[in-house]
Amino acid sequence: MKSKKGILFILPGLTGVMVFYLIPFVDVIVRSFRQINGKFCGFANYRQVMENKAFALAAGNTVHFVVVCLPLLLGLSLVVAAMLRRSGNVAKFCKSTYLIPLAVPAAAVVLLWRLIFDSHGIWNRLLTLLGYNSVDFMNTNGAFSVLVFSYIWKNLGYTVVLWSAGLSAIPEEIYEAAWVDGAGKLRAFISITVPNLKQTAFTIVVISFLNSFKVFREAYLVAGNYPQESIYMLQHLFNNWFRDLSMDKMAAAAVLLFLVILIFVYILHRSWEEEH
Amino acid sequence: MKSIVYTGKIIKAVLLGLCAIITISPLLFLLSGSFMDQLEISKLIGPVTKGTEGMADWHWIPHYPTMQNMIELLLDSPEFYQMFWNSVKITVIILVGQLIFGMPSAWGLARYEFPGKKQIYFIYIILMMLPFQVTMLSEYLVLDKIKLLDSHGAIILPGIFSTFSVFLMYRFFAAIPQEVLEAARMDGANEWQIFCRIGVPLGYAGIVSAMVLQFLECWNQIERPMAFLKTKGLWPLSLYLPEISMEKAGFAMCAALMALLPALFVFLYGQDYLEQGITATMKEKR
Repeated sequence: MKSKKGILFILPGLTGVMVFYLIPFVDVIVRSFRQINGKFCGFANYRQVMENKAFALAAGNTVHFVVVCLPLLLGLSLVVAAMLRRSGNVAKFCKSTYLIPLAVPAAAVVLLWRLIFDSHGIWNRLLTLLGYNSVDFMNTNGAFSVLVFSYIWKNLGYTVVLWSAGLSAIPEEIYEAAWVDGAGKLRAFISITVPNLKQTAFTIVVISFLNSFKVFREAYLVAGNYPQESIYMLQHLFNNWFRDLSMDKMAAAAVLLFLVILIFVYILHRSWEEEH
Repeated sequence: MKSIVYTGKIIKAVLLGLCAIITISPLLFLLSGSFMDQLEISKLIGPVTKGTEGMADWHWIPHYPTMQNMIELLLDSPEFYQMFWNSVKITVIILVGQLIFGMPSAWGLARYEFPGKKQIYFIYIILMMLPFQVTMLSEYLVLDKIKLLDSHGAIILPGIFSTFSVFLMYRFFAAIPQEVLEAARMDGANEWQIFCRIGVPLGYAGIVSAMVLQFLECWNQIERPMAFLKTKGLWPLSLYLPEISMEKAGFAMCAALMALLPALFVFLYGQDYLEQGITATMKEKR
């Protein structure tokens, strides 16, 4: 319906969004070009951020984390979702179980991660029982794998539900036709399921990428402000700059991160539009 | 051929079962630990918490079950209550606020055409996708200006205007057939009545799923309270848990268990909606 009445519905909410998000963010963009004392300094803050060693480390680790986690999570959850297809009640039960981590506060599990992955922890007990050497996860690069595990644990159910939605959109008849033609299950998976899931996969990649920023909770609660080097992420850096009130660097870094995410969201949005 | 099918089934069962065990075991862990007494639990995990010889161990059923932790938590920990109610207050006000501000926004975006609508929608999507780290500084600046830092308002107000729930409800509102609204208009209903009597009931699933997802999000939030709340008495439960020392592991597990119970109840109640909500982020329904 063509009507300006819609604006009335939006206005109260939009005002809040403007006050708490949009206007202050414009302020941050302006600040990213100024020194702390307010003097205009061009791209100096950006240069400072780019040349910052901690930023390089944090950005590198964040990219590393995403590159390792996404394929693992997407692969595992796709296999699980494919197995759950046509499984009726089993599927319902499994999906519910896998979703439970969504309800578990990060603060509640870090205690367990500490007990399990400590150098004298439960996982190491299992390792030594099996004849392997124990690993001091939290103080070596093993910290990274703990974080990967934690991310997959948290997001598996969510991603399985997303894949399942994509899978259920593929018409059953295509499979039946393939089976009649003598295609095996694996063959059907490769030639029917995979190509039909491109759109779904794309959405899941973007959502999982954005969710990956939330592992900071676990990383921070397990290891504090300055964790083992391999899990020092952009989120730690932002947090530390925030505590030091390094507004200039923070503003520039926030704008940079914003731009990266903007590109992701734009591509996602475009692909949604293409659907019709 | 038959044996191949059989092995396939076994692999499938093992993988699915393994995933189920891994996702659910932390819950069982907390449950069993909550009912162990200090002696039993320190014997098991002493190597981690006290540096005693050997490696930590665990068993799933306490040998000497006790209510000691539960009693200490419920009768003897005023901080726990205070932070529990802080969490309840923050979460409830945010959810109610989202119904008051977010729900009409979603309706307006979904059912009306007006200049700038596409741009607003795109901005909402971006905002919903931004991690807290990007908006932390801007939120800080505005909260500082209106003198809300270190108060619950600093957590509640930005929470109310989170665009995620708007987006979710939008998806469900947009799926309501236009004819239904036209029929109501013919009968002389005004726009507000259409929203209340048709939009809300028909978009109910979307509203509930947004509320369920947002409840879990608010109840478990850490970053924002950590950044904006200095006074310990204002903290939500999610910040209190890590403060309990490992020495009192049984007590800590008990507190963790109590903290996740409300989230678990909401989760169990809203499970179907939760799934619908997650799925709705996938595709545009028109």
